[in-house]
Amino acid sequence: MTEKRFHKRSIFLIAYLIFALLPIYWMVNMSFKTNQEILSSFTLLPQEFTWANYKLIFTDESWYSGYINSMIYVAMNMVITITVALPAAYAFSRYRFLGDKHIFFWLLTNRMTPPAVFLLPFFQLYTTVGLMDTHIAVALAHLLFSVPLAVWILEGFMSGIPREIDETAYIDGYSFPRFFLTIFLPLIKAGVGVTAFFCFMFSWVELLLARTLTSVNAKPIAATMTRTVSASGMDWATLAAAGVLTIVPGAIVIWFVRNYIAKGFAMGRV
Amino acid sequence: MAKIQLDLAHSYKPDPKVDGDYALLPLKMDFEDGGAYALLGPSGCGKTTMLNIMSGLVVPSHGTVLFDGQDMTRATPQQRNIAQVFQFPVIYDTMTVAENLAFPLKNRKVPADQIKQRVGQIAEMLEMSHQLDMAAAGLSADQKQKISLGRGLVRPDVSAVLFDEPLTVIDPHLKWQLRRKLKQIHHELKLTLIYVTHDQVEALTFADQVVVMTRGKVVQVGTPEALFDRPAHTFVGHFIGSPGMNFLPVTVRGDVLEIAGAHLPAGGGRHLPDGVLTLGIRPEYLELGATDKPGAVSVRVQQVQDIGTYWLVSCDASGMPLKLRLAPDVAPPAVGDTVGLQLLGENTCFYQNEKILP
Amino acid sequence: MTEKPVNQKAWFLILPVLVCVAFSAIVPLMTVVNYSVQDIISPERRVFVGTEWFAAVMRDQDLHAALWNQLKFSGAVLLVQIPLGIALALAMPASGWKASATLVLVALSLLIPWNVVGTIWQIFARTDIGLMGATLERMGIDYSYTGNASHAWLTVLLMDVWHWTPLVALLAYAGLRSIPDAYYQAARIDGASKFAVFRYIQLPKMRGVLMIAVLLRFMDSFMIYTEPFVLTGGGPGNATTFLSQYLTQKAVGQFDLGPAAAFSLIYFFIILLFCFVLYNWMLRLGQAGKQEGQS
Repeated sequence: MTEKRFHKRSIFLIAYLIFALLPIYWMVNMSFKTNQEILSSFTLLPQEFTWANYKLIFTDESWYSGYINSMIYVAMNMVITITVALPAAYAFSRYRFLGDKHIFFWLLTNRMTPPAVFLLPFFQLYTTVGLMDTHIAVALAHLLFSVPLAVWILEGFMSGIPREIDETAYIDGYSFPRFFLTIFLPLIKAGVGVTAFFCFMFSWVELLLARTLTSVNAKPIAATMTRTVSASGMDWATLAAAGVLTIVPGAIVIWFVRNYIAKGFAMGRV
Repeated sequence: MAKIQLDLAHSYKPDPKVDGDYALLPLKMDFEDGGAYALLGPSGCGKTTMLNIMSGLVVPSHGTVLFDGQDMTRATPQQRNIAQVFQFPVIYDTMTVAENLAFPLKNRKVPADQIKQRVGQIAEMLEMSHQLDMAAAGLSADQKQKISLGRGLVRPDVSAVLFDEPLTVIDPHLKWQLRRKLKQIHHELKLTLIYVTHDQVEALTFADQVVVMTRGKVVQVGTPEALFDRPAHTFVGHFIGSPGMNFLPVTVRGDVLEIAGAHLPAGGGRHLPDGVLTLGIRPEYLELGATDKPGAVSVRVQQVQDIGTYWLVSCDASGMPLKLRLAPDVAPPAVGDTVGLQLLGENTCFYQNEKILP
Repeated sequence: MTEKPVNQKAWFLILPVLVCVAFSAIVPLMTVVNYSVQDIISPERRVFVGTEWFAAVMRDQDLHAALWNQLKFSGAVLLVQIPLGIALALAMPASGWKASATLVLVALSLLIPWNVVGTIWQIFARTDIGLMGATLERMGIDYSYTGNASHAWLTVLLMDVWHWTPLVALLAYAGLRSIPDAYYQAARIDGASKFAVFRYIQLPKMRGVLMIAVLLRFMDSFMIYTEPFVLTGGGPGNATTFLSQYLTQKAVGQFDLGPAAAFSLIYFFIILLFCFVLYNWMLRLGQAGKQEGQS
């Protein structure tokens, strides 16, 4: 009775996985070819396998700096977000105070704003403050979306820890910072992991703001990829290799948090 | 209504060698048709595993399960026609009470008017007739459990109803109501009921026969009285009763018992083997008397507690703890007093290697 | 759990968050409001025009086109991604190494930078160098996402399905995993069919996460910008120009700050409305969940 059901479901699952991986496979395929081969013949596997595209990206500063820039501001974003979100989430989870529900809601609305709305104001704001084309500018801009999400997720996890633990710690004489770092944080490990994952996810993939606020010094890889048109036409091979390399950090991150993803989504807070 | 016979063992390892590899050590048990049984034991003793083997949710790794003589070891729960009530209420949220009760019958394609009649009958038995058209999701926990139970009873040919700690989430003051209802149903429908619990009060008040288990092993099967008066295993003595049985080491030399620093004649026609045994006596059966009375052992009173319905006196017998229960109208001894306790009586049991000696 | 105590000092814990978000949110928003009610003829000359920009924007034909396009798109997104996501969640293994592997493979598309998503599909759909494009052509279909408006639209939809269905699937998957085994066991005992199990147990228990998925996908698709921009640039013509691109064109391309700001606010309020609904729904869910936990 269950055999047939599994069969149909397995077939469907495999079909979807093929659908999901096909475009990626195609790009990987292309990244190992030369431009000539791409344009002249149509092959499922590279006839002349080459590492040249990847070599170019790793050696040409204008390319690899893009990755480094992206990673810098993503890391900044993650650190700042989690640092400010932890105490706030704790406050929302443990206390009631004037305007708490309203502030929570207002925080959420920021996650829901179309980034396009902030395009112009951000441009002007950061120019005025003199932070244009810096990593911190992008990190700060992304805070707008990642902090509410972080507070939301962390609050959910924290509410799952009984308050009795806090009270016991106070009775035992722990100061608040010590309690928070040595007792509380380890208990919400999964929550912090999930939060870090979503912070990374959002910041790494966002393009509009990242491109608007940077020009040369902090230019993310996303922007670099748009300049692959040269005199000889579109540099597909390099473009493909660059694309593949942007997937790698994402894949690594998912691998590390794979056990927590289900839990994070289970909080229903994405 | 069916007679269930178990002759099996269960292990999660493919090749079990030592006792620890087994979730259920080899056992042989009969559950008579129409009987009310309780599987009693602490968490992890294997009682839920046994229940799931009987219901068909788990297939035993060794042995057979017979229903009325037919081999149902690999049969599905549906084929065995059993009903199971779980620890928390399992109901279909989107349906009304009536639809919930009707569900098993609908799946069997029973005609609609028969369904209606049967649902009405069961609802009346459960005292839920006026709630039939209410949404099941909005009811309280005990009412939801009644619905779970009702779904099992609604099939007229249900072979047995299995309960897996069903009162866990019920408020205490509603528990006795549900228990009473279960006994009523048992009386009326004469179904085979098998009830898993770790609460001895539930087990002893509900069942005709109690199966006491620990660590995968069935240690005793018997009526509540038998379990109380003659525990076959020290575990049963310890687990049943509040507080449990007192155990003291005793050295037997011929006709003399060395216990708690005293030498007592064995007497009473008992033939005990020489060596170190364990004496077991329940707090209810310890007699208080003068220290010089023959057969008495001197103990020092350490604590006297007023439990309300009885006095609980904790004593020290040459380094070994003893507890006794006194009726509330008897004046208890004072703390620090030395009193005499009669250890040997008709309710005293002797154990060797945890098993009772005849 | 006992009631939360009132503690106004908790404000100190919130302060860092408020500072960060306020800096990034309130200041720009004020700028937008500022622009939306002024005509900036030159940096020195500004004229207060009240609601004139709002009215002009609402009359703009381009806006109507983009809005209609957007609604069709978001509708199609929901129609395809929700059932597909549920089906995928049902097909994913529940435990073991296969579950982890499937989770990673499924979640992969969520972690690709959005412009790369656009690039992948840009390549994939080309008839000269792309697998899908070439295959379609060999099958005899005159496929072109640059020339044919409906092809472009469908390709953008397909790309979004590829990109975001895993979000729905992961949410539904989490919902499914939270159903205790006892429900499935009871269903077996009751003789329920596979479809009955889905209809009476799985779907109701997933109701909460599914509602979140619906609202999130609607809102995110309503704000979509990068992927279609990279893939088609909004074309051919304005076949794949959705609201965010319309706004960006107005603000950056044509530098019509006034109308752009006005539309920004309208855009924002539409989404705010949906956000409000989402928030209240989730509050209700949370309370229902607590009740269920107690009973």
